[in-house]
Amino acid sequence: MNKQETLFNYILRIADSQLILGHRLSEWTGHGPMLEEELASANTALDLIGQANSLYAYATQVEGKGRTEDDLAYLRSEREFFNHLLSEQPRGDFGFSMLRQMLCDAFDVLFYSALMKSSDNTLSGIAAKAYKESQYHLRHSSSWTERLGDGTEESHQRMQNSLNELWRFTDDLFAMRAADLELVNTGIAVDTSSFREAWFKQVSEVLERATLTIPTHAFMQKGSLEGRHTEHLGYLLAEMQSLHRAIPGVKW
Amino acid sequence: MITKTVEEIKTLLSVIPDPEIPVITIRDLGVLREVRIVGDTVEVDITPTYSGCPAMKAISQDIVKVLNEAGIERVNVKEIYQPVWTTDWLSDEAREKLRLYGIAPPEKTSSDKNAILGKVKHLACPHCGSIDTELVSQFGSTACKALYRCLSCLEPFDHFKCI
Ligand SMILES: [Zn+2]
Repeated sequence: MNKQETLFNYILRIADSQLILGHRLSEWTGHGPMLEEELASANTALDLIGQANSLYAYATQVEGKGRTEDDLAYLRSEREFFNHLLSEQPRGDFGFSMLRQMLCDAFDVLFYSALMKSSDNTLSGIAAKAYKESQYHLRHSSSWTERLGDGTEESHQRMQNSLNELWRFTDDLFAMRAADLELVNTGIAVDTSSFREAWFKQVSEVLERATLTIPTHAFMQKGSLEGRHTEHLGYLLAEMQSLHRAIPGVKW
Repeated sequence: MITKTVEEIKTLLSVIPDPEIPVITIRDLGVLREVRIVGDTVEVDITPTYSGCPAMKAISQDIVKVLNEAGIERVNVKEIYQPVWTTDWLSDEAREKLRLYGIAPPEKTSSDKNAILGKVKHLACPHCGSIDTELVSQFGSTACKALYRCLSCLEPFDHFKCI
């Protein structure tokens, strides 16, 4: 792989994760527990999909093969997506979605804060904007995690079940390709291991306030960097891409 | 041939309203960044307020339309990401326009983390001026707003989020 391809794949990793998570959140539109939360999910989804859009636009420039943002989002298949496994999990109940969001938002805040210092001006610019947005998202998802975790017996149990379900995908958040280390060395990419402890500390604090217990013997599932996903991504893509597959070349 | 100067073009563009908050213009908002004349093309740089702001497409179309109507055929609108948009760019005049429109303007402290995280103590109601107000939802009708209510006059109001 040459440097250009490495960078292209690196950008896809970030963009895909935001697109898929944004899509999952957007599924709450029309199904939220209350109007304000529906707006919150839709607004957060918009930010995430907007970030993905900017990143895909940059990826098409880096690739230089004349593909568009839409081609990348709508015409790749499951094995060509590099999103975090965490992002593709079905939305579950509202608490499940908020807990997953908190885990991802906490990652995004730290990740973007590091990417802001990238020597690549486009990436640092996108990251600086996304960083502010992620902080705002994190505040929202943490407050729901706390409220529902430390809520009723029923909500607590559901949140604990959600955490037990989701925790095994958290190693995958930090996975990196060997080739990405070259990008790290040139100051373009972020070494995810540099903020892993900070992430764990931050997430643990929220979970502690939520009276939730991190599972200690979870089997850690990985594979998203090789395009190996859980069964759920295929279904998500089938729905998200159906219009573009049915009407090739369709434009808004 | 472009017969207008950069300043004249900026003046033309400075009246374009924000599609979602029509009382302020894209210049007030700081979305309009740079104008350049390159050969027979006018290049306009705009910067998004939020990554997913759906108004950017509309703004871009409005810019092309205004310039086409002024006889400039080739227009290239580019989205730029740096410097990063901040509510600090809103002028005092723009803040006052927002308030009169019923939207509580952002505080002038976006660099202060407390403001980003919503720990703002005295947000004044744009209707009655009371500071006895409370947050209803961190997210409002558009990406740039949060929802509040006034405990004095009991009216709900939007707050232009501070980032
Ligand atoms: Zn009032």
